[in-house]
Amino acid sequence: MSSVARDTPAGTDARTGDARSGSPGTLTVIGALLRKELLVELRTLESIPGMSLFAVSTLVVFHFALQRSTVDGDLAAGVLWVTLLFAAMLGLNRLFVADAEQGGFDGFLLAPVDRTAMLLAKALTLLAYLLVLEIVAVPAFALLLLGPPLGPTLPGLLAILALADVGLALIGTLIAALAVQTRARDLLGPLLALPLLVPIVIAGARASAPLLSAGHAGALSARWLAVLALYDLVFGLIAYAVFDFLLED
Amino acid sequence: MNASSRHPAGSTEIDHRPPGDGERASRPSVPGLRTLSILTVAAMGIALCLVFFYAPIELEEGLLQKIFYLHVPLAIVSLCGFVLGGIMAIAHLRTRDRSWDLRSYVTIHMSLIFGVGVLLTGSIWARGSWGHWWVWSEPTLVSYLIVFLLYATYQPLRFAIEDPERQARYASVFAIVAGAFVPLNFLAVRLSTSYLHPRVLGSASNLPGSMRFTFLVSLVAIALLFATLCSYELTAKRTRMLLRSRSRILGYQ
Repeated sequence: MSSVARDTPAGTDARTGDARSGSPGTLTVIGALLRKELLVELRTLESIPGMSLFAVSTLVVFHFALQRSTVDGDLAAGVLWVTLLFAAMLGLNRLFVADAEQGGFDGFLLAPVDRTAMLLAKALTLLAYLLVLEIVAVPAFALLLLGPPLGPTLPGLLAILALADVGLALIGTLIAALAVQTRARDLLGPLLALPLLVPIVIAGARASAPLLSAGHAGALSARWLAVLALYDLVFGLIAYAVFDFLLED
Repeated sequence: MNASSRHPAGSTEIDHRPPGDGERASRPSVPGLRTLSILTVAAMGIALCLVFFYAPIELEEGLLQKIFYLHVPLAIVSLCGFVLGGIMAIAHLRTRDRSWDLRSYVTIHMSLIFGVGVLLTGSIWARGSWGHWWVWSEPTLVSYLIVFLLYATYQPLRFAIEDPERQARYASVFAIVAGAFVPLNFLAVRLSTSYLHPRVLGSASNLPGSMRFTFLVSLVAIALLFATLCSYELTAKRTRMLLRSRSRILGYQ
């Protein structure tokens, strides 16, 4: 038992949990898991640089494919959302691979902790990846393709991105956990995730299109923010309800 | 032996009498299947007669409007089937009874087949009324496409997992998530598009009485067709499982 646990980063949690005689609080577990995820990512640099580079390359591809040097309005929103969505797919595909291949799941399941901690920690990890991705991709987008200046609309855009990121992280984590145990995991992850993320793209693109248009004509639409928040909430609850069933082995 | 305990569904409803009871009795008979089939054929016949001889021909669209009696019931039944598949998946995860997973699988599979019919008839209707095979401004059709694309990944997901127990569990999780996604998606797409289509679903009360009656009969007929096809598939799958476990006990294969 300990030989399985010791090899894995998650094993540290298992041992501290046993040592304290009793299960540690969920927040402690989430903190430990999150620290482990970020440490692994910092040491291997597998996901974040790949996602950011992919986003910048996609913007270059859009420049040539659309044959435009600047975009605004609907088109700008579309380019931004497609770029972010596809870059997020890369992060989603990698999210559970190490756990499935190197025994992280086993280590976690051996620990006497709440399994929802895994969902929350992974969703926070994906959220962190997405934030770093956007720190790179949004300025790159403004620099390379966006016609109107980004500055005045930045707070509104950040609010939309933040809400959309929560949804992306929750759905992404759930789908990544579903897809990671399948044979064609790299194929199935995006296939499953894209239809589920369409409502986020609808709301995100609709809300950000007026902000990215030439005269900053439109104000931030509260309706679309509400749709995003509602979607996040519902999928948060669904993920909370079903995630345990993905971890039973 | 192990296999028969793994598939408890195999022996529940099929009435397999001992052999030697004559030719007729050795055939497994499923209670209700024959009645259901006869009812379905009758309802389909009545619905078709009503559609072509009773319901009035619509003034603007003419004969083409008749596709409404096929398209809308198909859509309603398949969407209900998707949600029902999710509910059966909840039952599977709660009770750990694999027969619920089988039911959920068959329901979703059949809804997907009906879904192809929905997209085809919707496309034909759109071509006839608006001149285009596909119309993005029609929220119901667009949401249906998204739902269809999501459920199209159900079988690839399911059969990419080898362990049967995990396959059932993961498929159930997918069915629950997707079942909850169906109404949410309709809400989101409905919000995003302007209204163009005659709002048939929302305004059934606007239909003249004869049309509404025909529509309701068609809906019942299509629902019966769905139930019949599902029970045939269920019976076939259970029989195959039973056969497989029996032949394993007897030492074939």
